[in-house]
Amino acid sequence: MKITEQQVRYVADLANLRLSDEEVRKFQADLDEILAHMDRLNEIDTSQVEPMTQVLYGAEETATLRADEPRPGLGTELALANAALAGSGYFKVPEVIKR
Amino acid sequence: MNIASLTIDRVREGLRGREFSSLELTTAALQHAREQNRITNAYIDFSEDRALTAARRVDEKLAQGEDPGPLAGVPVAVKDVIVTKGVRTTCGSKLLANFIPPYDATAVERLEAAGGIILGKTNCDEFAMGSSNENSAFGPVRNPHALDRVPGGSSGGSAAAVAQGTAVVALGSDTGGSIRQPASFCGVVGVTPTYGRVSRYGLTAFASSLDHIGPLARSVRDAALLLQVIAGRDPLDSTSADAPVPDFRAHLDGQVKGLKLGLPREYLKDLTSETGDLIAGAVKTLSKLGCEVREISLPATDYAIACYYVIATAEASSNLARYDGVRYTIRSASAESLTDMYRNTRGEGFGAECKRRIMLGTYVLSAGYYDAYYLKAQKVRTLIARDFANAFAEVDAIVAPVSPFPAFKIGEKIDDPMAMYLSDIYTITGDLAGIPCMSVPCGKTAEGLPVGLQILTRHFEEARMFRLADAFEQAGGGN
Repeated sequence: MKITEQQVRYVADLANLRLSDEEVRKFQADLDEILAHMDRLNEIDTSQVEPMTQVLYGAEETATLRADEPRPGLGTELALANAALAGSGYFKVPEVIKR
Repeated sequence: MNIASLTIDRVREGLRGREFSSLELTTAALQHAREQNRITNAYIDFSEDRALTAARRVDEKLAQGEDPGPLAGVPVAVKDVIVTKGVRTTCGSKLLANFIPPYDATAVERLEAAGGIILGKTNCDEFAMGSSNENSAFGPVRNPHALDRVPGGSSGGSAAAVAQGTAVVALGSDTGGSIRQPASFCGVVGVTPTYGRVSRYGLTAFASSLDHIGPLARSVRDAALLLQVIAGRDPLDSTSADAPVPDFRAHLDGQVKGLKLGLPREYLKDLTSETGDLIAGAVKTLSKLGCEVREISLPATDYAIACYYVIATAEASSNLARYDGVRYTIRSASAESLTDMYRNTRGEGFGAECKRRIMLGTYVLSAGYYDAYYLKAQKVRTLIARDFANAFAEVDAIVAPVSPFPAFKIGEKIDDPMAMYLSDIYTITGDLAGIPCMSVPCGKTAEGLPVGLQILTRHFEEARMFRLADAFEQAGGGN
């Protein structure tokens, strides 16, 4: 096995995903098969190869930074328009610090 | 006028000749699309108000003798991962079922500025993750050529709408083949431009180093014009390229004699016999046009699936972290603490494929695995890009199949994620290298299922790609 049930639960916690026991079992099997396929990457020698960190590396065309000037943003009202819960100009979330 | 077979040129003629107004055409197109949508489920929403407003604007411009733009009056469908101000954008996800974007994607803004009429938002795999459109919270899309089969994915709705004739052209997005594969399955033209050619501003991020917006159309000519309108530098996307955009249509001149084409042998191994025959037929047509086709090798192809699913899921796990129940409408009703709220919202909201990819991406980025998976995959990505660079030193373009097989049955692969991933084998390489690539129809199987020929060229050489695709189309390559 490439990945244990415990690791699946650990990764789900890292990803902030609540999984049912059934999902944990299913993803353990799926991830195991997929990770086994990914091991194929180890067959290829990359000791002399640089990682591709930019898609058009070396292309002048993408070397772009804009002038650092203030511009109008969305504004509070629009930014909050899709919030699950908002009020007084803020996003509202469950209580974080108990009084 | 037959709405289902309209072209951009035909719309222009009709408007200029006062045969119909933009408002009349839009009204008729919306009605037609609504009726036909019962068959395929290609659209999630219709944006009637916005479409009628845009149509009136075109009519006013025409009445005042102003130029209404190159896409004037043309009914367009937009994949529902591309945001539209005031028009619900779901990304095929339950999590965004009520999301009304406060701004337009740059591509959307440009196509409307060119006179295009957005009829509605098309169905897709959730957050563009899938190869069959079955991962949509809004139901699967049916392939117009065979209703029991998938349209491909993830831009399945856009491909089906164009194939079915409920839009003249459509916008899709491609991260690992999500434009070309559905185009191939639905018998339409689908284009993945050079990475950075079209602004990603307003395209919901899946894997940022691989994501592209591109056109789907019933002809190369129409696809070329739609790309013309949406391409070009955008200050709102720092990865958009500041490269000149040539007049693509001016290159559709049939001048393909003497072009050197490479046929990668790694792309011919696992084809169904009918797909293999159709690709061989396409090569014959290209040879008749005077192209010189030779076999080439892209040796890193065997590692492409593994490379892609490391990089794409790693980026996805990071990009999808934003759906946390705070900013985007849906929040779990059961949560005591903030962390519980995050976890429950995401656990209840994401579908199985998104969860699988978030898990995989989080795993490959987690402590102790980064070098073994992510860094390794980025190095292999360099090799895949190098393969193409080496090939393009010898040939002007590469021709290949889009998919090893034609459209499969709904339900056939949904329980086997690895089989689904393997079906992307011939399309993910172009995305990994960031080069332009497209699917152009090259015939149908005995059962009537379309098959696409893929054409790939060097970075920023879409014009050459279109010239070849157009010559192929004009030579009857699609029949």
